[in-house]
Amino acid sequence: MSDVTPIRTPAESALIAAFPAARKSLPGNAHVIALREAAFNRFEAKGLPHRRVEEWKYTDLRTAMRDALPLAQAPQAATLAALGHVADPFAQLDAYRITIVDGHHVPSLSVDAIKGVTLRDLAASLSTGDGIASLGTMAKADDSALALNAAFMQGGVVIEIAKGVALDKPIYLRFLVSGDKPHAIYPRVLVTVGEGASATLIEAHQGADGIAYQVNGVVEIKAGAKTHIQHVRLNAHGDAAIDLSSLGTDLGEAAEFKSLNFVMRPALTRHQVFARFSGEHIKLDVSGAALLKGKQHADSTLYVDHAMPHGESRELFKHVIDDEAVGVFQGKIVVQQIAQKTDGRMMSQAILLSDDATMNNKPELEIFADDVACGHGATCGALDEDLLFYLRARGLPKPEAEALMLAAFVGEALEKIENDAVREALEAQTQHWLLSRAIK
Amino acid sequence: MLEIRNLHVSIEDKKILNGLNLTVHDGEVAAIMGPNGSGKSTLSYVIAGKEDYEIHDGEILLDGENVLEMEPDARAAAGIFLAFQYPLEIPGVATMTFLKAAMQAQRKARGEDELSTAEFMKRVRDQAGHLGIPQDMLKRGLNVGFSGGEKKRMEILQMALLEPKFCILDETDSGLDIDALKIVSEGVNRLRGKDRSFLVITHYQRLLNYIVPDTVHVMAHGQVVKSGGKELALELEANGYADYKTLAA
Ligand SMILES: Nc1ncnc2c1ncn2[C@@H]1O[C@H](COP(=O)(O)OP(=O)(O)O)[C@@H](O)[C@H]1O
Ligand SMILES: [Mg+2]
Repeated sequence: MSDVTPIRTPAESALIAAFPAARKSLPGNAHVIALREAAFNRFEAKGLPHRRVEEWKYTDLRTAMRDALPLAQAPQAATLAALGHVADPFAQLDAYRITIVDGHHVPSLSVDAIKGVTLRDLAASLSTGDGIASLGTMAKADDSALALNAAFMQGGVVIEIAKGVALDKPIYLRFLVSGDKPHAIYPRVLVTVGEGASATLIEAHQGADGIAYQVNGVVEIKAGAKTHIQHVRLNAHGDAAIDLSSLGTDLGEAAEFKSLNFVMRPALTRHQVFARFSGEHIKLDVSGAALLKGKQHADSTLYVDHAMPHGESRELFKHVIDDEAVGVFQGKIVVQQIAQKTDGRMMSQAILLSDDATMNNKPELEIFADDVACGHGATCGALDEDLLFYLRARGLPKPEAEALMLAAFVGEALEKIENDAVREALEAQTQHWLLSRAIK
Repeated sequence: MLEIRNLHVSIEDKKILNGLNLTVHDGEVAAIMGPNGSGKSTLSYVIAGKEDYEIHDGEILLDGENVLEMEPDARAAAGIFLAFQYPLEIPGVATMTFLKAAMQAQRKARGEDELSTAEFMKRVRDQAGHLGIPQDMLKRGLNVGFSGGEKKRMEILQMALLEPKFCILDETDSGLDIDALKIVSEGVNRLRGKDRSFLVITHYQRLLNYIVPDTVHVMAHGQVVKSGGKELALELEANGYADYKTLAA
């Protein structure tokens, strides 16, 4: 890859021009400022990712992101009041709620304290340095989206779960985007899970339709030895939004980590997962489901680094693609030479509901160890006509027969969610999507 | 009940049914026998409404109404049921969910009230009991991992629950041992009645010892080439299909 950057796009120029002022106004002690500057320099050198950058081959951000937008400000009381009307997809969930509006943690809409957990406001921590020693170390890839977030991160939370704590309820991070003007939003969350602790972390992302706002969020999870973590992310951003999301995790010995990303509405989204195996006997399960229509574009990109022996990884991605929508799955699994007895299985499956729907699959295994069991597969096609006929011959009208099959298809990924209320909420979202398709 | 007139059907430019005529009266059990490849499954699919076929000519009338114009689900709601020769596996769709969806969809199409969950459960339990289908099988994905015999029993369960008026059994006997054959046949015989007709497709006479037909039709080369009473089945058993292969060729 050549490092020669072509002429800058207006969005790149605007981002570069905005940094000096942002660096002064955004929170951060000297250490954080240095971190922001280093990240900014990486971005400045590479620019926005485009299709000649191998990792971004199918998602040309340089083309998609025409303008840079002004940074979102902390929400006013009126803004928060207006957001009260947005339906909560996890309304039924008994959870510790934390609300982040336009990239800013809102204490008045968040739990104050959780037993066994230290909760901090990220913006405050960026200034004081409290609890952020490992910030920026979970996803170390040389990636422009990550770099942009590090340069411009505004707020969020730092969650420290103490050793051995088994949380009785999920921690629910609700991210809302306000307003009728498009802004750029850079939230960041850092979660540290102490040895032997267990936790369920839920994210929901919502914003208004018709507004081309841009979100670039990062969630870092440091999973100590023998931790048990379930992470679920619902991406229900507005239908004109561009959403970039990075999940970085560093896994300690015998940690079990499950993460599922569920994509509904945004115009363009990319969810990238960076997972590093830093101990033996780790179990990682990364999955995703996307329901896409119109001109939506959804990219799931994984980078799984088996850096220790006896690790297990499972990846299952399900795309349902209608109209002219585009799905992307890129899964790179690296098995280092030392990582003997690694057991990895990756699968991507897509159902195309229209002739104009597209799925791009790029699974990659890079194996340097000799005693491993690794495999991957990808399927892509229309709904099985024979199965549809079987259901219709039993009296199910075509839309219902299709909905039943699609719900079952997506259900194979949702099954991985251990918390019943969370799984049922996503099943309800699926039904809602299928219903709106059936009556269109 | 069912009247098929001069039915001509092809698939992928291959002519399969060549002017087939068949009448099945109310309450009649008609058997269709014929060599492999004679078009028996094609006939059953065309009646049920599978879309892959090109219909050049002919009519299929159910109580006087041409069903060829109807979608498969509308035919089902009108009372046509096909027990598949090879029932399909549908992973992720629990059998119970499927049964309920099918029953409610048909009732809705006919303008009937929804069945209460209690009533639905009762009916399923009763019929599954008759057919020796254990409850845990009903919780699994439809037909997923079921043996051949279990799949055939599941087809009969669906038939019993949906209460169709015209039932097609496509080689329901194939792959069944004698015990399963008895259970399935009893299931069918329980459903016999003056308002319900059956088209029992089979390659072998054996099934017809248990489901005794009123009429037997021999199919060869996409036509009914001979019709008679139940004794015709025994005649075929003794002489084989060799005569018919040449007859229509
Ligand atoms: N999808 C298909 N494409 C092409 N030929 C087919 C197809 N389905 C059936 N046939 C052919 O049609 C003929 C009749 O098949 P079928 O109706 O299955 O016969 P039977 O059930 O009597 O054994 C056979 O020669 C078979 O090969
Ligand atoms: Mg057949």
